[in-house]
Formats: sequence, C-alpha cells, structure tokens
Amino acid sequence: MFDTILIANRGEIACRIMQTAQALGVRCVAVYSDADASARHVEMADAAVHIGGSAPADSYLRGDVVIQAALDTGAQAIHPGYGFLSENPEFVEAVEAAGLTFIGPSAHAIRSMGLKDAAKSLMEKAGVPVVPGYHGADQNDSLLAEKATEIGYPVLIKAVAGGGGKGMRLVESEGAFAAALESARSEAKKAFGNSDVLVEKFVTKPRHIEIQVFGDGSDAVHLFERDCSLQRRHQKVIEEAPAPGMNDAVRAAMGKAAVRAAKAIGYSGAGTVEFIVDGSDGLREDGFWFMEMNTRLQVEHPVTEAITGVDLVEWQLRVAAGARLPKKQEELKIEGHSFEARLYAEDAANDFLPATGRLTHLMFPSDTRADTGVRSGDYISPYYDPMIAKITVHGATRAVALGKLRNALAKTQVAGTVTNLNFLHALACHEGFANGDVDTGLIGRDQAMLTEAKPLSVTVLASAALSAAKLDTSASNLGFSLWQPLARQIVLTQGEELFTCVLRFITPREVEIQTPIGKAVAHFKNDAWTIGGMPATHTITIAEQVHVFGPEGATFTLFDPLQQSSAASGDTDLILAPMPGSVKSVLVKNGQNVALDQPLCVLEAMKMEHSLLAQRIGEVAEIYVKEGDQVEAGAALIRLAPDASDVE
Amino acid sequence: MKLTSKALPNSAEFKANVAAHEDALAQIAEVANTAALGGPEASRERHVKRGKMLPRERVANLLDAGSAFLEVGATAAHGMYEGVAPSAGVIAGIGTVEGHEVMVICNDATVKGGTYYPMTVKKHLRAQEIAEENNLPCVYLVDSGGANLPNQDEVFPDRDHFGRIFYNQARMSAKGIPQIAAVMGSCTAGGAYVPAMSDVTIIVREQGTIFLAGPPLVKAATGEVVTAEDLGGGDVHTRLSGVADYLAEDDAHALALVRRAVSHLNRSKPSTVTWQNSEEPAYDPSELFGVVPADLRTPYDIREVIARIVDGSRFDEFKPRYGETLVTGFAHLKGCPIGIIANNGVLFSEAAQKGAHFVELCSQRKIPLVFLQNITGFMVGRKYENEGIARHGAKLVTAVATTSVPKITMLVGGSFGAGNYGMAGRAYQPRFLWTWPNSRISVMGGPQAAGVLATVKRDAIERKGGAWSAQEEAEFKQPTIDMFEEQSHPLYASARLWDDGIIDPRKSRDVLSLSLSAALNAPIEDTRFGVFRM
Repeated sequence: MFDTILIANRGEIACRIMQTAQALGVRCVAVYSDADASARHVEMADAAVHIGGSAPADSYLRGDVVIQAALDTGAQAIHPGYGFLSENPEFVEAVEAAGLTFIGPSAHAIRSMGLKDAAKSLMEKAGVPVVPGYHGADQNDSLLAEKATEIGYPVLIKAVAGGGGKGMRLVESEGAFAAALESARSEAKKAFGNSDVLVEKFVTKPRHIEIQVFGDGSDAVHLFERDCSLQRRHQKVIEEAPAPGMNDAVRAAMGKAAVRAAKAIGYSGAGTVEFIVDGSDGLREDGFWFMEMNTRLQVEHPVTEAITGVDLVEWQLRVAAGARLPKKQEELKIEGHSFEARLYAEDAANDFLPATGRLTHLMFPSDTRADTGVRSGDYISPYYDPMIAKITVHGATRAVALGKLRNALAKTQVAGTVTNLNFLHALACHEGFANGDVDTGLIGRDQAMLTEAKPLSVTVLASAALSAAKLDTSASNLGFSLWQPLARQIVLTQGEELFTCVLRFITPREVEIQTPIGKAVAHFKNDAWTIGGMPATHTITIAEQVHVFGPEGATFTLFDPLQQSSAASGDTDLILAPMPGSVKSVLVKNGQNVALDQPLCVLEAMKMEHSLLAQRIGEVAEIYVKEGDQVEAGAALIRLAPDASDVE
Repeated sequence: MKLTSKALPNSAEFKANVAAHEDALAQIAEVANTAALGGPEASRERHVKRGKMLPRERVANLLDAGSAFLEVGATAAHGMYEGVAPSAGVIAGIGTVEGHEVMVICNDATVKGGTYYPMTVKKHLRAQEIAEENNLPCVYLVDSGGANLPNQDEVFPDRDHFGRIFYNQARMSAKGIPQIAAVMGSCTAGGAYVPAMSDVTIIVREQGTIFLAGPPLVKAATGEVVTAEDLGGGDVHTRLSGVADYLAEDDAHALALVRRAVSHLNRSKPSTVTWQNSEEPAYDPSELFGVVPADLRTPYDIREVIARIVDGSRFDEFKPRYGETLVTGFAHLKGCPIGIIANNGVLFSEAAQKGAHFVELCSQRKIPLVFLQNITGFMVGRKYENEGIARHGAKLVTAVATTSVPKITMLVGGSFGAGNYGMAGRAYQPRFLWTWPNSRISVMGGPQAAGVLATVKRDAIERKGGAWSAQEEAEFKQPTIDMFEEQSHPLYASARLWDDGIIDPRKSRDVLSLSLSAALNAPIEDTRFGVFRM
C-alpha cells in the first residue's frame, strides 16, 4: 500500500477518497485553487498544496502542477477522482513518466474508450451489442444527414469526445438535423476542442442502466448494475441499485458484456459500462446496447457500495498498489437496495438555474450517508459544479430504501442558497418511480408537477413566523402582559407576496399565531416548539432569511420596512446577471442605440446560454464586463443611459 | 431557609377564597380589557381606514417580539369623564426594544383625538417619572390633538400639568436619558413640543403633522389658506424645517426607525446587584388565591404569600423572634436579591424599629426592597403612645423615605392610615406600586371613619340634651361607609393613578421581577438617612 497519495480533485469526491485512504493509514495530500483555500477537502487532508487560480483551467486541470505537487510532498500515487484530469490519457502518461502511480486505468484504456465511435467499433469486435449508428471519421454534413435517415429518426447527435451531455442533440425529424448538427458541433468544439460528432438511433423509452466493473489489468469482475434513468437534460438526478425490473438472466448478460468490454482493453481499476436499455417492454437479454465506458470512479458509486458492501476506493487503492482483484465474481452478492440523490444548488422552479451562495446552514440526518465537500458557512462558487451533497440510503427492499430516501430528504436542511431538495423529495414520492416504472424521459414529462411549489400550510407559515420572531425561550416572562396580550406582527415575504402573521402570547409558553391562511397554537415544551400538538417544522433564521425545512418547507424573507423604502426606486437602466456564469459575448458597444428586446450580451451558465435583452429603447452608457468574465448572480453587466422621458 | 406552607388546598376555606379572588379579578379584568380596546368602534374604524395601526398595535410592533410589556395605569380614568377616556387616552409601559428596556408612551387618537384630559397628563407625567427614576429611554408615539380644551383649567396651568411633559423631556435629556418621538398623527399646539423636545424624531409621511396652530387657526389669525401637510407634514419637517429627523413611509416604517434609533443608543445596564440563577417557588403561585383570605379582616400568615413569590420559597428571615407583626428578610426573586418587608398584623414599636433596622441593612448592602402591604395601621392606646410609638414609627418612615435602594410596593391587602407611610405608600416614591384586586386603601376603615364622625355628632347632640337613636346613627353612618367602600376600591384608586396598576396576584412574581429589572437600569446610590428620633 502507498504511504502517501495526492488527490487531484476537490469537493465531495476528494473528501470521500480521503476518508477511505486515511482509514487505511495512507497520508493524503490535497490540492486547491484560490477559491478552495479553506475548503473541506483541504481541512481533511494531511497536507495541502495550492495549485493556482479559481478557474479549473488555472488549477485542477493543470496536470504538470499537480504532478509537481505530488513529487514535492512525497506522494507515490495520484487519485484523480472524477472529472478534471480523471480521463486524460496524456496526464496518465505524465504521471507515470514522473515515476508516480496513477490510481486508475492505463492511458491506453482511457484512449480506447475516450472517442465514442472508436470505442463502439472496439466493443462491436469484442461482442458487446451497440446501438445502430454512424461513427465514421467522414464528418461531411450531407453524409451525416444521410446516415441519420438510414438509421431512422429520432436520432441523437453526440460529440465524439463528449460526455456529460455536452455537444449532444436530439433530432426528431430530418428538417431539424442541420441546425442541431451546427449547434452540437459548436458546443463540442468549445467543450472538448473537437467538433466531430456521431449519429445514433434514439431509443424511445430508454433506460440508462450501467454496470460497475473492476479490473486489475488481467482479470475483471462486475459489481452489478445501477439504474440512472432519472435524468434531467442528461444529468443524473437519482440513481439506484439494483435496477427495478432487473432479472438474473438480463443481469448476467449485461454483466458478462461489461466484463468483456473491460477485458477487451485490459482494464485496471474502477470503471462503468453504460448501456442504453429499451424499457418499453420489460428488460430483455437482447434489449441493451453499449453506450460508453467511463474509465473512472463514478459519481453514483455509493449505491453500488451500499448493496455490495465493497469500498470501491479501497479496491482502487489496493489494485493500484499492485494487488489482485480483492474478490471473485462469485463472492459478490447484492444485499438490499440503495438510492442516491444528488443535492444541487439550483433553482428547480426556475428551470434548474444553477445557483451560488453561502451555505448558512447545512445539516444531514445522522443515519444517512451524505458525501459532501462543503460545510455550514462554505460558499458555493460559480467556478465549479454546484453539487452540495450526495445522499445515499440503503434498505432491505426497494420500498424500504425509497421510504428511507424520502425521510432523509425530508430531514436534510440547507439554507443560504436555493436547492433542488424539494424537487428530489417530490421525485422520491413520484408514483411511477415508486412503482419502478422509470425511463430517462420521466423527469422531463412530469417536470411541472415535480417542481411546482407546494401550497403553503399553516404549520409552515406559523413555524416561519415563530422562527423569525427569534424569541428568547429562556425568558420566563416571554410575551408577558398584565391583561390582554399584545399582538405582534411578523411580516414574511416570498417574492412579491406578503404574509402578515400575528403572534399573541396566551402564556409565556403558549403562542397563538394568526396567519393569512389560518390560525395555529404553538406550545414550548421540553425545549422545543410544537404547533397544533405536532413538533414544529425545523426552521432557522439567519439575518433576514427564514428557512423552514422539510418537504413542505419554504424560504421567506423577514420583511424589513427599512429596506422597503430604500428599494422603492427600481433601476431599469441596469442589466444584471440573472444567475452566476461567464460572459460569453458582449453584443453592443458604448454609445450604441439599442431596440427593445435587442440582445445585449450572452451569459453562459452551466450548459446554457442566456441572451440578456434590452428592456427598453435606449443608448448603452457603460459596459462593466468583457468576454470571459466570471460574474455572480445580480452583478451589473451593462447600463443604459437614463431615459430622457424619466428626467424631471 | 425554605418556608413551609400550612395551606390546605382541599379545604372549603381555601376553595371559598379562590372563588372570591377570582370574582374580584374578573371584575378588574373586564374593566382592563374594555379599556384596552380604546375609543369607540367608529373612531377605531376611521383610524384603521387611514392606514394607521391602532395604538396597541403600535406598541406591540415597536417592542421586540416576545417582549414583556409592563403596562402602567391600564385602568386610568376608569369611571371618570363619563367613561370617554379609557386608559386615560394614552398607553404607557415598559418593554424591550432591541434588548433595551424602554418606557413607551403612546397616544390613543381613537379616544377624543388623543387629547389630554387631566388624568392623561397625570399618566404621562407618571410614566416620565418612572423613566427618569429608573433611567429608561423614552419613546413617544405621538398622535394627539393636545390639551383637552373643556378641561383646560385642570390640564394647562399648574406645576404638574401639560408643560411639565416638556420640562421632563429636557431634564431627562440632560441626564442622558434618550428621548425619541415618532409622530404618527397630529401633534398640535403644545403637543408639537413633544417631537421638538426629543433627541431624535421620526414623522410619518402624509400622516404625521406638527404645528403650533393648525390650518383653521392659521386661517382665522392671518387669512392664510394652507393644507395640514404643507403646514407641518412629514416632508416639510424633514426637508425644510428640521423639526423631525427621519421621514417614514408608514407606521411600520416609523416603528422600525425608532427601533433602529434605540439600537444606536450605546447604553448598557449598570452593574448593581449580584444575580443568581432563577428558580421557581416551591409552592405554586396560583395558590395565592387560596391562601389569602377573602375577607381583609381575617388575619393570615404573610409568609404564605412570600413562599409563593420568591425563588425556591427560600426566605432568610431577619429577627424572626422580635416585633413579629412585621416580617423582614432576604430572598431572591428570579435571581435578583431582595429584602422583603411584609405586614403580619398591626405595627408595634418593636416592629417599626426592626423595620428601620432592616431598611438600613438593605441600604448598606444595596439590596432592593419589596414591601408587601397589608396594614391596618400603628397600634393605638395609652401604653403605646406613652412608650413613644410615634417616635419608633418615625424611624421606619425616615428610613423608608430616605433610602436610595429601589423600593417596590405591592398592596396585597389593606393599606390604612400611617401604616401606608411606613410601608412605602405612594408618597414615599417607591419605583413602582402595584395593587391586588382584593386590596383597599383609605385613611382608615370605612366603619371606623363613620364611627369617628358618629361619635362627634352624638357628642354634639347629647351636649344639647338631644337624643340619637341607634337607627338614626346607622342612617348617619351609612353614606360614610358607602363612600369609603367606593373610594378605597382598587379601581377607584387606580383610575386616579394612586398606584401604577391593579395586577393579577398570580402574576406578582413576574410583575415584581420586571419592576426590579426596570429599576436596576439606574445605579444604586449610597444612602444618606435623615435624623432618626432615638
């Protein structure tokens, strides 16, 4: 075993790797960017090296600096985590050239799987079923269109070098092909520096089922499947293992195919073979096709760990240190069922716009596995993936595990940024999902229902008002009055909506709370509030923000009359960034006259480009940003000259 | 030492006591709750329609959420002025704003336009007196038409009339006691000086007005036609005149601005007494109704009351074997050390001397004093006069009058004659004086007064050789007895602000603790006693 390893990553995966490594007595070296100087993974590490600026290209993607850090700190091996340098064969070669061990597959294996078309022909040769498609080197537009017609619509255009949904377009009919091809190419070029695409058949009720494989260079085993069908825009949301509706025969067929795939490239370490599965008529032994192989530890590996009892990171370390596979295929068994939900800082109700913000409060239920790279007080910056945590549960059956997932999500508390927590909870309660009737289109179809705000309950409003009142419950004369109790208003807002709640103390430990939607009585007993006899919803008030946790939870702002008056005069001249992101382009110049709805600049956030439009006719007075600038939500981008008609 | 109660909660007597006290309390509660509504319904509706908060809402939303509100004079002016001035048209009391205890004085414009009746003035001045003695910042929520004109002779000219309000503001400001005003309605004539004399003034736009003479008077005097807003509205006073400092959009904004002003006072309570952790009494305070006899004339052990007020029912009784009709001793109340002086019968010379001794002790140690009054007076008769009971009584009165420690007085029974003086009655300026619904206050008992008058009359009749039948004597006595009965009632007393309010006896602990807490905003000075007649 290694004495010291360097983890060339950040966030939850860096922490997760350290957890296992440190338990094995391995010293861990972290690397960090400017933005991560006080991040959790740095705190956990035995040593940490600063490797550059906040943008990934200035730090976590700088292989040479990472390798130097490993050499400087006496690390013998580098664990790449996922993302960043994890599937970069040149980096693997550089690591090995520096005399270090790369904890992962060989450069050759990564290369073999890195280009999708090549990977597919390789797999076809190895006897692994692949989706009908065109994976040729000839990228002529008309040829691609022809091939698409041949395969039959709908088809998918995908970046050859792609992954994570980038450079991917679904084309429903021939007429839309050319435009989709154009945009897929430009996105692929930008993301991977390679605009080549492939075209393949689009399975109409597709399920995403992947097989976890593990190799030691000569032998390989599989650790069963994970179902990752619950996706939104090709981003996994909830993963589970085993897959609902899976039977032994299909599992064996898929497992064998995956092991064949791994062996075909002499695979070493943890890898995932992704299949697209036709879920329209149950799972069949001939109804799955190879999609791609991820030559790294997968984000959703905890569900596999939960059902197999295997610590995949431990296996990675042992195999990288030269050991053989720790278990044989027949020694691996499925125990129960597991779910993982990905908790993100994103605004589900607002088309999942990514969010940033200081996590003023973060708490997970104690009986749940929560893989996280952040703590209360940490900042979700615009530089990296805004994942807050992965919440993993395990139960004897799927139903038990799903119940635990709902419970865990209901008890998870996050404040300081919007999250997809309520969306995840709604998804965990989705009837079709509960029945195991999943496919990759489920979220898209039911998105409106899954993201709709729950109607506020009296309990939630009363809990919020109680929390916002910041009562000193240690005071024995709370709310004391000689005769009639005073009626204290607590005014909460949600956007434009105003909720005036009125608190009246009946006794120092009993408060009547009148809300716009009804009345509740709260009692303070044994150091906690109950409302209507039930424990009050967990809440926290930080500055003016009132957070009510739980599936019916909501966030309110405590109305401050002092703020109201200063904000009374709205500024329509300023164009503000609606979300954190980078400025893709500025489309206007100083002094230019602009029309109503004319695009002024383009902001790129996550995988989407947002055009920011002029809200009125006017003249550009000032431009505060330039192309490539990283901006926070609410940052001023462009200012129009004051409208002459506004001037008194 | 922990007191031991001899109460029998299941006894018929206990239950009868409870019933009698509950009846007495219900009468007070009804008066207080009716007064709390303010003016007539039509006025209240008109007030709310103008977008204004009702005065009690203003107070509630000025104070910290969950703040206690120790109201002063809740039933002031009850039964006076044909009942048109509930609470005397002004709300006063102590609550916390941004953690600071402050005195709030809030006009009720639904009561005759918030104009000042004689009792309004008296209540306003009493609230200021409490603020001044206890070093409490004052917040004035102003909405008043000024002096009540039909009563001008009892409101304007004398020392303790309207002008004293501004005198007090100036004096308090000079002492560093902050004066903050929010003008949330009219502020006319003399009333204009409340905001003008404040350290910091807030005014509500298109709602608050400040002027020495309103538009009708201006027109009459000079012919100038001007709107109230242009004459003295919020915009004018914050932009042109400088009479007010902050312009608020509405009541809520004004109250938030007051809260912010208080948050910038840079004040902290002085270090005075040594606090302990608070502890509930070992005996339930709700049993007070059962242990105190329904009839004032029935003697009982005052320790039954003490056991239901002080922490852990623990009482270090001082000189328990001497002058037993006055109980003195040390205890803690919600953690605050106190010295208790409580009546347990008529005062004798020994009891008076012991009381004076105990006041000296507490003054020396700077321990606040709590007086529990249930006193029929000093013992009378030749033996007592000859041994100099007046001399010994004077010692107690001197000690009580001149001590610098905070005194809080609670009338838990009778308060008759000179006993009232020795036990820190109103004239002895206790920081607070609270009464129970069963208490009675008068120079002597009604039957005794009637008896004195009847004796004088009978002597006169008999001197002239006339005769006076028992029937005639009874008829002669009855009006006096009735008058004393009415005038000694706590509602009559409280209406005239002879005290700071009637309280629910079961809340005595809270009331005393809040009073102590308020009092301890002022440092406790060294005491210099007068000459004791030895």
